[in-house]
Amino acid sequence: MKQKFNIITSTCVPLPLENVDTDQIIPARFLKATDKKGFGENLFRDWRYDKQGNKIESFVLNDPTYGGQVLVAGKNFGSGSSREHAAWAIADYGFRVVVSSFFADIHKNNELNNFVLPVVVSETFLAELFDSIYADPKMEVEVNLPAQTITNKATGKSEHFDINAYKKDCLVNGLDDIDYLLSNKEKIEAFEAKRK
Amino acid sequence: MANTLFDKIWDSHIVTMIEEGPTQLYIDRLYCHEVTSPQAFAGLRARGLKPLRPERIYCMPDHNTPTHDQDKPIEDPVSRNQVDTLAKNAADFGLTHYGMMDPRNGIIHVVGPERGLTLPGMTIVCGDSHTSTHGAVGAVAFGIGTSEVEMVMASQCILQAKPKTMRIRVEGTLGQGVTAKDVALYIMSKVTTSGATGYFVEYAGSAIRSLTMEGRLTLCNLSIEMGARGGMIAPDETTFAYIKGRENAPVGEDWEKAVAYWKTLKSDEDAVFDKEILFDAADIEPMITYGTNPGMGMGITQHIPTVEGMNEVEKTSFEKSMAYMDFNPGDSLEGKKIDYVFLGSCTNGRIEDFRAFASIVKGRKKADHVIAWLVPGSWMVDAQIREEGLDKIFEEAGFQLRQPGCSACLAMNDDKIPAGKYAVSTSNRNFEGRQGPGARTILAGPLVAAAAAVTGEITDPRKFL
Repeated sequence: MKQKFNIITSTCVPLPLENVDTDQIIPARFLKATDKKGFGENLFRDWRYDKQGNKIESFVLNDPTYGGQVLVAGKNFGSGSSREHAAWAIADYGFRVVVSSFFADIHKNNELNNFVLPVVVSETFLAELFDSIYADPKMEVEVNLPAQTITNKATGKSEHFDINAYKKDCLVNGLDDIDYLLSNKEKIEAFEAKRK
Repeated sequence: MANTLFDKIWDSHIVTMIEEGPTQLYIDRLYCHEVTSPQAFAGLRARGLKPLRPERIYCMPDHNTPTHDQDKPIEDPVSRNQVDTLAKNAADFGLTHYGMMDPRNGIIHVVGPERGLTLPGMTIVCGDSHTSTHGAVGAVAFGIGTSEVEMVMASQCILQAKPKTMRIRVEGTLGQGVTAKDVALYIMSKVTTSGATGYFVEYAGSAIRSLTMEGRLTLCNLSIEMGARGGMIAPDETTFAYIKGRENAPVGEDWEKAVAYWKTLKSDEDAVFDKEILFDAADIEPMITYGTNPGMGMGITQHIPTVEGMNEVEKTSFEKSMAYMDFNPGDSLEGKKIDYVFLGSCTNGRIEDFRAFASIVKGRKKADHVIAWLVPGSWMVDAQIREEGLDKIFEEAGFQLRQPGCSACLAMNDDKIPAGKYAVSTSNRNFEGRQGPGARTILAGPLVAAAAAVTGEITDPRKFL
């Protein structure tokens, strides 16, 4: 899962819905695995397939017009359950970036911990981005993590996005939090000793 | 400097702070269930690590457990494997484990407080968004992902950005038939499903103080449903009386010392919150939801809103929700025929919820066409139900008790609501497919659920009180 993140230029998959909860991203009945593999097959399962397992042609993941490593969704993406399986499904499907005007807290952390970058943009930028994608599904965005910018290449407009310096460093260098925590065990022991 | 309750507990657990980064926070309790822990244990093994503080970790299966025949092996081999994997991981690493049929087993968020494992002033995490429940005793408790579970196992710490603080005050006296669940659904309907994202909420005010411990657990449980990182209530005499004498609660001199400390756990009078919201208890009536997120709620006598004033994306989302529920904007739902009733979950699976349900079904009969699942939150709740004779009341009214677990709240076991059917559910989420593919969920408190169970339709429970 650990992979270094730098600049990604890609076409986008539009999902213009608000409050996309993690039960939609990966329904509970697919959470019974004991490893992290293969969740991409069931990403948005009940929007993507009907009860008989046939593809629902109108759903965006089944529409060959759209593709790419960037998922663009309406506000409050990833609300509800803390299931990291949602982030595993997004990563396993091949998305490296999710763009929205607002993310639910736990899911946002889960994406970051799986080297998927949640990019928070303004409502205006998001609305224009949807328009650009629908006008030309081949249009691309450039997501530049070192510069913390996202550019809509159809309009040429860029926006700055926030990420804390520590997490950015982790993503750029392919490091995770446990690597950091294990390096300062003496601080943990000192804290415990002080509390006694 | 004046501090909030949240600040006091958070600050006392800071191990170190990363410059321009998150805080390294010490964690007092890690709760693990079978769904979100196997990959964390696998990660530990892959790194050649063991849990740093195994005595602080408590494990129990709850999501996959069937609600019948728990003494027999689980039929579904995939569910069985996940439950067995937790037992094996706990044994391998020397962690406390309450397996199925252990009298201490149940839903992790019901068991923690009732066993006295959840105490004021603690930091508590679990790979489960409803970990916010434990904040009801005055703890900082929040849900985390599996990578973070692994992080806590490895270091007993978590890296976390400090959330903003919000205080929600509910002042006044709650009306007849208004439960903690109704208070939570009301707050969510005003704050919306994302309105508290980025915040840690403290609930305060006279109406909150008047809630029992069970009611407070219900309220804090639902904090995540408005996006909050967690919710908490300052500990008081209600809290201390609830905790005293429980299995893992401090005793003797330790108890006195603990209570003296717990009494300091409240927001200072001049503490400043990033956001404050005030509600009047008198405005709250029994609540139901009409849509596909918990913020889409209304008083039982009210009508579903219309699309007036919504932007395009909001309208698309709202219409998708109405189509899924097969409701129309402007509709009233009173008298709407329902098919299933579910009493249980980490939200409403405690003794008080069963007492409330019993208060309405006593001397009445379940509607013939309704299928009702009554699922205690734990074996301890089950024992209490029997001790109080509530099981007899249920039986006479045509209801049967099932065995404890998460059950139809998220339908990971066999308790699934069929496609297209309406369920009045005391659980926490009405998301599409949450209770089974195509299932239509109407969230409500135990009184509304009981009224629906006996009439077979959405009914104002105040008619029965």
